[in-house]
Amino acid sequence: MTGISHDASASVPPAEIEDMALYHPRSWWTKYVFSQDAKVIAVQYAVTALSIGMVALVLSWLIRLQLGFPGLIEFIDVDRYYQIITMHGMIMVVYLLTALFLGGFGNYLIPLMVGARDMVFPYANMLSFWLYFVAVMLLVISFFVPGGPTGAGWTLYPPQAILSNTPGQQWGIMLMLVSLIIFIIGFTLGGLNYTVTVLQARARGMTLMRLPLTIWGIFVATVMALLAFPALFVAAVMMLFDKYLGTSFFMPTLVEMGEQLRYGGGSPILFQHLFWFFGHPEVYIVALPAFGIVSDLISTHARRNIFGYRMMVWAIVGIGVLSFVVWAHHMYVSGMNPYFGFFFATTTLIIAVPTAIKVYNWVLTLWRGDIHLNVPMLFALGFIVTFVNGGLSGLFLGNVVVDVPLSDTMFVVAHFHMVMGVAPILVIFGAIYHWYPKVTGRMLGDLLGKFHFWVTFVGAYLIFFPMHYLGLMGLPRRYFDTADIMIMPASAHTLNAFISIMAFIVGFAQITFVFNLVWSLRHGKPAGPNPWRATTLEWQTPQTPPAHGNWGDELPLVYRWAYDYSVPGAKQDFIPQNEPGTLTRGGTA
Amino acid sequence: MVIAVVLVLIVVGSVLFHFLSPWWFSPLASNWNYIDDTTVLTFWICGAVFSALLLFVAYCLFRFRHTEGRKAAYEPENKRLEGWLTAITAGGVIAMLAPGLLVWAQFVQVPPAATDVEVIGQQWLWSFRLPGADGQLGAADNRLVSPDNTLGVSPTDPAGQDDVLIEGGELLIPVGRPVRFLLRSIDVLHNFYVPEFRAKMDMIPGSVTYFWVTPTQPGTYEILCAELCGVGHSYMRGVVTVVTEEDYQAWLSGQATFASLSL
Amino acid sequence: MSAILGFIAIVTLIAGWWLSQQGLTAKPWLQIDQAGGVAAGDPRPAAPAQVGLGVFLAVVGSLFALLVTGYLLRSEGLDWRDMPLPWIVWPNTLMLLGTGLALEWALGAASRGDMARMRAGVLVAGGGALLFLIGQFAGWRMLAATGNFVNSGPADSFFYLMTAAHALHVIGGMVALAVTLERIRRNERAERIRLSVELSATYWLFMLLVWIVLLGVLSGSAGEFLALCGQILSEGRLP
Repeated sequence: MTGISHDASASVPPAEIEDMALYHPRSWWTKYVFSQDAKVIAVQYAVTALSIGMVALVLSWLIRLQLGFPGLIEFIDVDRYYQIITMHGMIMVVYLLTALFLGGFGNYLIPLMVGARDMVFPYANMLSFWLYFVAVMLLVISFFVPGGPTGAGWTLYPPQAILSNTPGQQWGIMLMLVSLIIFIIGFTLGGLNYTVTVLQARARGMTLMRLPLTIWGIFVATVMALLAFPALFVAAVMMLFDKYLGTSFFMPTLVEMGEQLRYGGGSPILFQHLFWFFGHPEVYIVALPAFGIVSDLISTHARRNIFGYRMMVWAIVGIGVLSFVVWAHHMYVSGMNPYFGFFFATTTLIIAVPTAIKVYNWVLTLWRGDIHLNVPMLFALGFIVTFVNGGLSGLFLGNVVVDVPLSDTMFVVAHFHMVMGVAPILVIFGAIYHWYPKVTGRMLGDLLGKFHFWVTFVGAYLIFFPMHYLGLMGLPRRYFDTADIMIMPASAHTLNAFISIMAFIVGFAQITFVFNLVWSLRHGKPAGPNPWRATTLEWQTPQTPPAHGNWGDELPLVYRWAYDYSVPGAKQDFIPQNEPGTLTRGGTA
Repeated sequence: MVIAVVLVLIVVGSVLFHFLSPWWFSPLASNWNYIDDTTVLTFWICGAVFSALLLFVAYCLFRFRHTEGRKAAYEPENKRLEGWLTAITAGGVIAMLAPGLLVWAQFVQVPPAATDVEVIGQQWLWSFRLPGADGQLGAADNRLVSPDNTLGVSPTDPAGQDDVLIEGGELLIPVGRPVRFLLRSIDVLHNFYVPEFRAKMDMIPGSVTYFWVTPTQPGTYEILCAELCGVGHSYMRGVVTVVTEEDYQAWLSGQATFASLSL
Repeated sequence: MSAILGFIAIVTLIAGWWLSQQGLTAKPWLQIDQAGGVAAGDPRPAAPAQVGLGVFLAVVGSLFALLVTGYLLRSEGLDWRDMPLPWIVWPNTLMLLGTGLALEWALGAASRGDMARMRAGVLVAGGGALLFLIGQFAGWRMLAATGNFVNSGPADSFFYLMTAAHALHVIGGMVALAVTLERIRRNERAERIRLSVELSATYWLFMLLVWIVLLGVLSGSAGEFLALCGQILSEGRLP
């Protein structure tokens, strides 16, 4: 056992929380509906999030119909258009991405990957899902109330958001704000679980530096979300006060349609600060779990340890901290003190360094690997392409002076769809193809999976890459009608139509994914416990799918880090984390 | 294998698209060629990084694809390599940020010679106010807005009496003279954006924001609203025409002043 | 944004200090053993509920720091005028202090195994909390009587908003006290009851702290205090 260091600073987590109340379901209702088992809650989160995500996908078709073929569908009038873009944005960012990464993958993977029996507060975990469900239902209801959902734009900027000529001012805006408030309360209950489970319920031997990067990503993202979501909470409550109690937190003196409103003195910029103080960390709340998951996908399918694990961990932590001091790069042209631009441009471009390091390390993991191009790996590669593309266009928007012409144009739309729309969703798909065998015991169909990947990846790139150039030309975002804009040549309208057609194709390809999910439940190839021959603990459970309590009689003991792939001298090209080690490891590296 | 080819195609296609497609900045009509230069510099740096990374990935996929008997290398980290990559990245970031901040310093400092033009946004109309013979704009406040005084100009401020008001009409500005746009909103957020000038800024009810440009090319340009301002957002357009100094003076003297309008 | 950034800085320092104990510079691929490089574990690990409360208080702290941030930014508005606080907030503060002390006392009793005194302490705390809430409500009525409604001015709006947010958290704390009493009634394990009391005591201490900060902000003395700090920093001496 040469080369084994005894670093006294790494503390051992408690083997097992002594009187952790393990919840036992007694009936069908408490097993599948009001379940307190994190694995069931994870599936509930995932199914709800994917369902509401499908609604948002259909909304995106309606947006593209209007932009590519204006006037073709009379149903999309200008009021509906703004309601559609608002709901599309809000659902995708908060109710799909945040909920799926943290509520879905977090719930499933945290207990299994750290070697716990369940989350530490199972009851709060159940409440978390049901509050999320109520929040989603409020959004759904808002489509059917008089006036429809709010059309304020997903950023909900006052004063417009609560004025009487905004679509959905009767019920929509109220339902939206209340839904967000409930979502945040629900998330907080879940987030406490994720955080404390990682801190307190790790198996014996699972030091922080042995955690898979998936857990690091989800953990840091959760901590960030816990601290950042209150900003949205406060903003939503204050906006409700402004709307229904007549306060003037955000509402200045203004004249709407020739009539002086009773508001006065409020600051619309204050709302923007609060919104983006949540909104920027939110980007990384979505990105960090994706970073973590993609690291594990690449490492597993390239049969090679993740390159520069320590740097990866430090980068995650560094990004997490830095992302709290960059929010105003969304506000360079908001009319805030322009001198802030110096500070925020600098912090924003600094954050590019740890992010770039992560990209290098993914790419260097492929170098001298043994690359198996399984479907999860394909999606991970798709992520690298779209994330690098979207991350680099972020350098345009973060550099304050380049942002000035591009801000509020289609360049921004293209950028954030690439970097926090397409890229994380490709990771979600990859992760589902990767972990579906553990959740259900069966593999997802390979051929359908490849078809799904190619159409989604190539199609999405063809949608969003050319879109940058519309913004470069000067086309503002959130335009219902782009006809007769002087700077737009006829060819730009053709490009818009092309983008729309690609969007329809990519959207329809998702049907194959849904079909695959359902069909493989019954007809998929039986997976066995560890189909990808992976090292992490979730693949070492005694049963597949893991039974209640995850580990049978004895908790796993962890002997090594999560990335012992292709270790020289080992019998196989992977060594599970819970396999006792007597390997001689030279002091290399 | 297919994916390696596709990655190469993506690099080649994206680069070709960038150079060959007809979609690019609208022709510049102001002094902000620095902004364009910084953008182009950013394109070069980012394009190089994008191409290099993707080609490297494509090579890895080709060279290290799974074949019978292949075994991956075991190398947990390489401090030297990571250090170099970090340093190079930091260098690239500085190369983009430094010129960006220098140009921003110009952007936030309005030249003393700039003349003021007030732009007033309301749903969904652009109005303008220019200083009269005294060269000063009078005070204004949304609380003063009424059917007779739609822009909220203070009737008691003597400096405002000779202000030229243009409600919903075309704005003319002289070529070659720096202009400071003072931006005000009557109702919701708007954003005064002329793509050919490159600069833009939000307009906030209750405060006055600004930016400055020097128009360099005579011509007629469209004003677009670039901040969601309700259902009429995409219809909120206006026209600004850059003309010679003589034409400008001739046009200005023909416009109505606040005093004449409130008679 | 100074308030929330200051708060985030404090949280970052605490998290950074904790992370610095976790061996983040260790090379995990060199350690192949069960202990992960360490011989013995922590003999008395903190209960999940204790850690959970700590994290939750960070969330609550963030919420109130953001409210204070909003207050400070909004108070730069030209229409801002300060609002006189109703006198009752000062006795209310004492009431909240009393609640916290009663719980500390109960915790002391619990540590000695004196269940009767502990129960009395919890009951006194619950009574104090109820009086605090009634007092706060009376404060609202006093303001309303002088014509200061929630929409009368920005300072009024913030007073109602902040006191309401604080009161909701106090009500949450009272639910926790009720759960503790129920545990005592059902005669659950002493260790578990002690934990309940301990968590409540921590929570109430935090509520007291939050209230003092809010009071400082609402009464304007926080602004004066910050101005004083600024003066000391910039001039290097007391005025």
